[in-house]
Amino acid sequence: MKRNDLNRTSFIDWFLGNDGAISFAVVILGFIFGTIIVLLVGKNPINMYKSLLYSMIGRARSNGGWNFRYIGETLNYSIPFVLCGFAMAFAYRVGLFNVGGEGQYIMGMTAAQTVALLLPPFPGQWVVCLLAAIMAGAIWGGIVGLLKARFKVSEVVATIMLNYIALYLSRLICLQHPGATTYNTAALPATSKLAKFLIPSSNLNIGFFFMLAAVFIYWFVMEKTKAGFAFRATGYNQDAARCSGIPVVRSISVSMAVAGAFAGLAGALVLLGGAYPKGRIIVSMDNYGFNGMAVALVGNCRAIGTLLAGLLFGVMKQSQSLMQDMDIPKEITYIIQGLIVVFIALRAGLQLVREYRAKRIVASKVASV
Amino acid sequence: MQDKYAIQMIGITKAFPGIIANDNIMLNVKENEIHALLGENGAGKSTLMSILFGAYSPDAGEIRIHGNAVRIKDPNVATSLGIGMVHQHFKLVHNYTVTQNIVLGREPRRGKGLFAPLKLDDARQKAKDLSDRYGLFIDPDAKIEDITVGQQQRVEILKTLYSDSDIIILDEPTAVLTPQEIDELMQIIRRLKQEGKTIILITHKLKEIKAVADRCSVLRRGKLIDTVDVAGVSENQLASLMVGRPVSFEIEKADKKSGAVMLSIKGLNVKDSTGVLRVKDLDLEVRSGEIMGVAGVDGNGQSNMLDAICGLCKVQSGTIELDGCDITSMPIKERIQKGLGFIPEDRQRYGLVNEFTIAENVILKDYDKSRYSKPLGVLNMDAAKAQADELIKQFDVRSAQGSATKAGSLSGGNQQKVIVAREISLSPKVLVVAQPTRGLDVGAIEYIRHRIVAERDKGRAVLLVSFELDEIMNLCDRIATISKGSIVSVDDAKSVTAHEIGLRMAGSKEASDEEK
Ligand SMILES: Nc1ncnc2c1ncn2[C@@H]1O[C@H](COP(=O)(O)OP(=O)(O)OP(=O)(O)O)[C@@H](O)[C@H]1O
Ligand SMILES: [Mg+2]
Repeated sequence: MKRNDLNRTSFIDWFLGNDGAISFAVVILGFIFGTIIVLLVGKNPINMYKSLLYSMIGRARSNGGWNFRYIGETLNYSIPFVLCGFAMAFAYRVGLFNVGGEGQYIMGMTAAQTVALLLPPFPGQWVVCLLAAIMAGAIWGGIVGLLKARFKVSEVVATIMLNYIALYLSRLICLQHPGATTYNTAALPATSKLAKFLIPSSNLNIGFFFMLAAVFIYWFVMEKTKAGFAFRATGYNQDAARCSGIPVVRSISVSMAVAGAFAGLAGALVLLGGAYPKGRIIVSMDNYGFNGMAVALVGNCRAIGTLLAGLLFGVMKQSQSLMQDMDIPKEITYIIQGLIVVFIALRAGLQLVREYRAKRIVASKVASV
Repeated sequence: MQDKYAIQMIGITKAFPGIIANDNIMLNVKENEIHALLGENGAGKSTLMSILFGAYSPDAGEIRIHGNAVRIKDPNVATSLGIGMVHQHFKLVHNYTVTQNIVLGREPRRGKGLFAPLKLDDARQKAKDLSDRYGLFIDPDAKIEDITVGQQQRVEILKTLYSDSDIIILDEPTAVLTPQEIDELMQIIRRLKQEGKTIILITHKLKEIKAVADRCSVLRRGKLIDTVDVAGVSENQLASLMVGRPVSFEIEKADKKSGAVMLSIKGLNVKDSTGVLRVKDLDLEVRSGEIMGVAGVDGNGQSNMLDAICGLCKVQSGTIELDGCDITSMPIKERIQKGLGFIPEDRQRYGLVNEFTIAENVILKDYDKSRYSKPLGVLNMDAAKAQADELIKQFDVRSAQGSATKAGSLSGGNQQKVIVAREISLSPKVLVVAQPTRGLDVGAIEYIRHRIVAERDKGRAVLLVSFELDEIMNLCDRIATISKGSIVSVDDAKSVTAHEIGLRMAGSKEASDEEK
């Protein structure tokens, strides 16, 4: 009996100590509330789940057959979610809060479009477009990193400002492109578009492999390399890192640049992988950057977690059209995403509960903020 | 039953993953006694007291306060039962003033409602009165970030005094106090007893137990070994009860063969974050093969001097040379590469990454060396684990899951062992050490002092800052006394007595008090 006592760690402690379990619970909670809301407006929640399921497995609603296009679109949608998730996650692991994924995404998209439209078409042009996007995103993020590291400018404020600057700067630049009207430019050359694969009926394109590569790179750099070690040390305890000779100023600048690179790549992949033949002159934000923050937080800023959360967001986005067919307001997906974000904020609360359970010092709640 | 018990802990058991921190412990504390708790690092003292304070819930067992069975589910319950605790690691908000920290969580307000303005005058006055009454010398308006660790400790003590607890738990309160301050604290503790309070005192210092405690309970590896009347046992008996073997308090070291100057500080001036000049024209030389001790009352510029040497703060003027190379404004990384090692005073803040494992903490300073490298910039965690396992063995770090244990879950003393192990294993040319044995049990102190002496014998230069005069007298070859930011004298350890050093420190203390 004694042994039993000693081997037991209470379920609550296990749960609080397991980030994956918390993320899972948060998602479930979001769906439970979403279901209740669907019920409240007098619709059948089964249809909501059907839409989600069909988007995942590619089942056609009408004839009971298969429609793999759904899977393709789901995967395609998840690309920017996952990449923008890493834009948040990479900075977060170094102790920074990158609200600027959106701006970095816009700059990436703008750079890719500029290279696509201004250079004469040549084979493999899309590679140059992607590189330009990565660079642009990295610069946009890196600026904030430098401001933060050198002058202690709050990265939250700086990134929010830069989101708006990016939006209007993008318009300024793109309005100069050949054939620009108020909302689009001339068609992008075929050499700049990304090739489709696997499911030709959908928009799924080779951008997906770049996303998978990003998952691997993120995991490898963060968890395995010496640079990742320095990043994580800086994120957990900047003072101890500095005192141990880890160059925290460099860590901060570099991490923001890398974060921006992920978002910039996302911007290019959305532009070059999309069905829309022309270049875009955006009037508002696509919100992938902002959603990426939720994705990263649900995924607990881990590689696989962010991938899974990004796929979930992709499923939700794809299921919107199915929902409309099945008499479910598609806005429910936004509500569920919003709920998930709210419940994720509870994680911070749970973190406090955990610290409280671990240290149970009243003042620690305040001190750890 | 002639004795009434203030606290009865009956059959308390608490397990953490991989370790039984408290194993069926029976602790009885009489009303109005000073009860000491003694045990090796990681024996489970803090855990037991955290259970009493409602910070952990026990897996089994019962607690009675003044004879009534209670369930202490959180610290608020403990506070309402009249239990106050001063923690081993301070829980202060750094950019708040002393008064703000004291009222934190129970802020007095003008009027009702969430947005009623704070009313701190009374609290400030009460804090000031208590501070004067118990001789804590704390300025209620000082910001925590501007006062030393020693003063922060006193703020924590002030905090429990402020909440009028009748049972006060002190978890290693004297670890950072100077000898004079410890005497003062002992007076406070006696006074508290006279006023009818019950005190539990955790300390590794046997002298303190002999000085104030009535009874003493000894823990070893999670079990209660014995509770003894302090009057009936000697310090040596206590030590062997605790460690399970005899312990020697004297350090044997061969005569020194000191060599070239390895660390040379000339005309150093350093300001603190508020712009006050803390180090004034300080000159100091440390030679290879010697241990140079810096004795002084806390707050005389020691921490600022250390920060300047290690590159944590800017220098106003003056030079610092390491082995002939000017490091005054060198980045920290390069200083480390040039051969500077540093055991920081504030281990929680500068020494460890709590979320990292022991293995990761062990390589914090040399993770980029080739021995921890694999191709493609990959970190060789296997090598790190091997190194950690080796150090865990050498330094007897008690942990639940070996090298995979998170540093934050280690007991205070074991955290200190990890830092000391890392720095000593790097064997730097110049080892700067602040309070190396703070919070360690006598067995661990014995070992770490041996390791420091071994470094000296290898020809390293060691600069040791400690508030414990005993430690300085015991360990050092030369002793520099610091006062008001300058070195006032440097003596050969053999030709000077503790009394003389104490007088110099005390003299300077009076002088600096007058200045205030
Ligand atoms: N939150 C925790 N999670 C896991 N293990 C823990 C936790 N807190 C303490 N432990 C383990 O429990 C044991 C007892 O720790 P405790 O802090 O009570 O020791 P202690 O007697 O206070 O030692 P010290 O004198 O070094 O402060 C240690 O081995 C420690 O590693
Ligand atoms: Mg302890």
